[in-house]
Amino acid sequence: MSKYKLNINKKKYEVDVDSDTPVLWVLRDNLNLVGTKYGCGIAQCGACTIHVDGKAVRSCVTPVATIQKKEITTIEGLSEQGNHPLQEAWKTHDVPQCGYCQAGQIMTAAAFLASNPTPTEEEIETAMQGNICRCATYNRIKEAIQTATKR
Amino acid sequence: MKTTYNRRSFFKVSAVAGGGILVGFNWLASHQAAASTKEALAALSEINGYIQIEASGLVTIMSANPEVGQNVKTSMPMIIAEELDVAWSKVTVKQAPLNTKAFVRQVAGGSQSLRFSWKTLRLAGATARQMLVAAAAKKWNISPSECSVSEGVISNAKGEKITYGEIASEAAKMEVPKDVPLKNPKDFKIIGKNTTNVDIKAITTGKPLFGLDYKREGMWYAVALRPPAFGQKLDSFDDSATRKISGVKEVIRFGDKIAVLAESTWAAIKGQKALKAQWKEGSKLENTEDHDKQMRALLDTSAKEPKRNEGDVKTAFSTADEVIERVFEAPFLPHSSMEPMNFFAHVTADKADLVGPTQRPEETRKRVAELLGMKEEQVTIDMTRIGGGFGRRLMWDFALEVAEISKLAKKPVQLVFTREDDMTAGLYRPASKYKFRMAIKDKKVVGYHLVGAGTNGQNFTRENFFPAGAFDNLLMESHNLESNITIAPWRAPITNFLAFAEQAFFDEVAQELGVDAVKFRIDLFEQAKINAAKGVKFEYDPDKSIGVIKLAAEKAGWGNPKKDVFQGFSSYYSHNTYVAQVAEVEMKNNQPVVTKVICAIDCGIVVNPIAAINQSEGGIIDGIGHALFGDFSFKDGKPQATNFNKYRLIRMPEAPKVEIHFVPSLNDPTGLGEPTLPPVGAAVANAIFAATGKRLYRFPFLKDMPIQGGS
Repeated sequence: MSKYKLNINKKKYEVDVDSDTPVLWVLRDNLNLVGTKYGCGIAQCGACTIHVDGKAVRSCVTPVATIQKKEITTIEGLSEQGNHPLQEAWKTHDVPQCGYCQAGQIMTAAAFLASNPTPTEEEIETAMQGNICRCATYNRIKEAIQTATKR
Repeated sequence: MKTTYNRRSFFKVSAVAGGGILVGFNWLASHQAAASTKEALAALSEINGYIQIEASGLVTIMSANPEVGQNVKTSMPMIIAEELDVAWSKVTVKQAPLNTKAFVRQVAGGSQSLRFSWKTLRLAGATARQMLVAAAAKKWNISPSECSVSEGVISNAKGEKITYGEIASEAAKMEVPKDVPLKNPKDFKIIGKNTTNVDIKAITTGKPLFGLDYKREGMWYAVALRPPAFGQKLDSFDDSATRKISGVKEVIRFGDKIAVLAESTWAAIKGQKALKAQWKEGSKLENTEDHDKQMRALLDTSAKEPKRNEGDVKTAFSTADEVIERVFEAPFLPHSSMEPMNFFAHVTADKADLVGPTQRPEETRKRVAELLGMKEEQVTIDMTRIGGGFGRRLMWDFALEVAEISKLAKKPVQLVFTREDDMTAGLYRPASKYKFRMAIKDKKVVGYHLVGAGTNGQNFTRENFFPAGAFDNLLMESHNLESNITIAPWRAPITNFLAFAEQAFFDEVAQELGVDAVKFRIDLFEQAKINAAKGVKFEYDPDKSIGVIKLAAEKAGWGNPKKDVFQGFSSYYSHNTYVAQVAEVEMKNNQPVVTKVICAIDCGIVVNPIAAINQSEGGIIDGIGHALFGDFSFKDGKPQATNFNKYRLIRMPEAPKVEIHFVPSLNDPTGLGEPTLPPVGAAVANAIFAATGKRLYRFPFLKDMPIQGGS
């Protein structure tokens, strides 16, 4: 076990965990930030997506030792009031069914829109193809992203 | 069975401290027809739904059914609010208190939650409304009929007004009325309006909602190692490497499984990987190719007792001009809920306290009590939001496992399935095959013969569904292949593949006969009406079937596709809901691409359109994904895919556009969680045939043809 200083959602944390521990489990088990979800553990489904220095990263395969001194954002910190344009658009389109994958979908979309604020439909599809939704809310996710780009 | 219930036991009304009324009712009391007498009587004494109206006017509705993504937590309270006559903005919805005794007959499965609750919920809202009005009338010394209500405000002819909140305490003293009129559906103000999911904010901001989000002080995380192949048993194991991992607290064998308990999920996962187990053969290690051979052999065998046998099928086939025969094949499939299986348990000497995502809390409680040798009253099951079920969480294996682990460890424990555990632990959609035969004479179908075979199932046909009634000579048979690979319901059980096979076969027969696919179906439903008049019994309503077929054909411009677009038709009735679909396929880089699905649905009154469309679209895209990509096989008892790198689910670029059209209806609502899925595989396959001239006879299509989804 080693101590790691982390900067998450603009707050400082210190955790004592093994160096190979994926950030996902540090967030969920040590810091009680459970909005980031476990889906596959091998970066195939996107449910665990967080931002590391603004870039979308799969936290299930990101060892905690690699993110010290970096700025981490999770779904809990995406916006102060829960009113990021994507969160608002998710409401407008009533996107979720079971809802489990949606935090990861929003985090992937948020990092993508930050780098490409006016994407084409095809660019959205390419950006989002790493995120699985078994309820298959894909069309609403796409529409919500398109709505958010207009806000 | 018919029970007339006593309203006094159906509703329980009490005053709330500080002013207000609490109306308790039994969520599923109207569902007695399907329950046994004993269960129905027991249910009547159970209060498991509540409407609370506070002095401030705030209305709280406790929703009792498990929320698995089918929107019941929003849609059901909407029904109460409608009859109660309050503004939706004044309503707060809570998951009903997780109290053992109260939870009877709560199931999220079979797309039936809404259908069974519809009348009860309406009665509950209307009863509360009537008591509030009666209290106001008493106060004003007038007759209740002289009062009117709008959005929680009661008024009289003099223009006096009183709010529900103000009169609530008085209403609690009124007698519970016996006869409660319900609204005319034409007057609905909330039902039929788009209403956002009540948990939307919690979902989009990452609040703890799901089973895996549940924590308790002092809890250990457990990950279990199960036999890697079906048929294997645990011989011996070495846990020395596991015990060296920091955070691992305990390793416990239970049956043929080993649980690693740790301070964190990650330590438990690492501990599971570090176990060195020796496995021995307990029963035969099965292979998919063997299953295939055995099921094909069964398709050529007569069943002892046919599921349906009408007319003279033998003669119809022996005297036919032509017999068309086709075989259709489907693999086992895992459920792939995005939230892997998990459950929490704290078992002590005299009670067991379980929390987690289950579609069937009542049955789970019963099984856990049996396992622990406790009375059911000693076991509580608290429900969390469910990160996808698709039938997998109608099972209770994970709850039994965690109860046993907690009992042995004497600790509160959360059992977590890794994705690999989730995909390989069993309880799959059964593998199945169908042989369809039609006897043709004078260019007409004169005989119909269906044989189904599948793993661990008693009936792979649906003998009361279409085409029962449409053919005078009809035989349906089913065979079971025993297997040690376990099965479970999977979104639209049986019909999730049967509908594809049937509707793809009908398309081919229509084409052989030179009849338009839509006309072919409508003619058969017309025949079913004639036969129904003669006394032939079946479950569906042919007029509703024809209704959705015509609506889908009209909306899709059936028969007149746009340039370079190829259409395929399919229709199916299941879960009391009627669906017809047209799939559109275009060729891109020489490959068929599913670009659009137009879908007509008759599900009675649509309670919450925005959610109903979401469910329907999801069923269609999910159905296409599994038809195109879903492949799952076994070698020596071992699943050949263990995670999403090998097991392919549909993704955004592959999802077609979907257009949903509901048949306007004033009939009671029926289910929507499943019915759009069964027919869509055939709509797609039939469109692919139109585009390529190639027929598809098995899932996944990808095995036989390079194909891509996508708009």
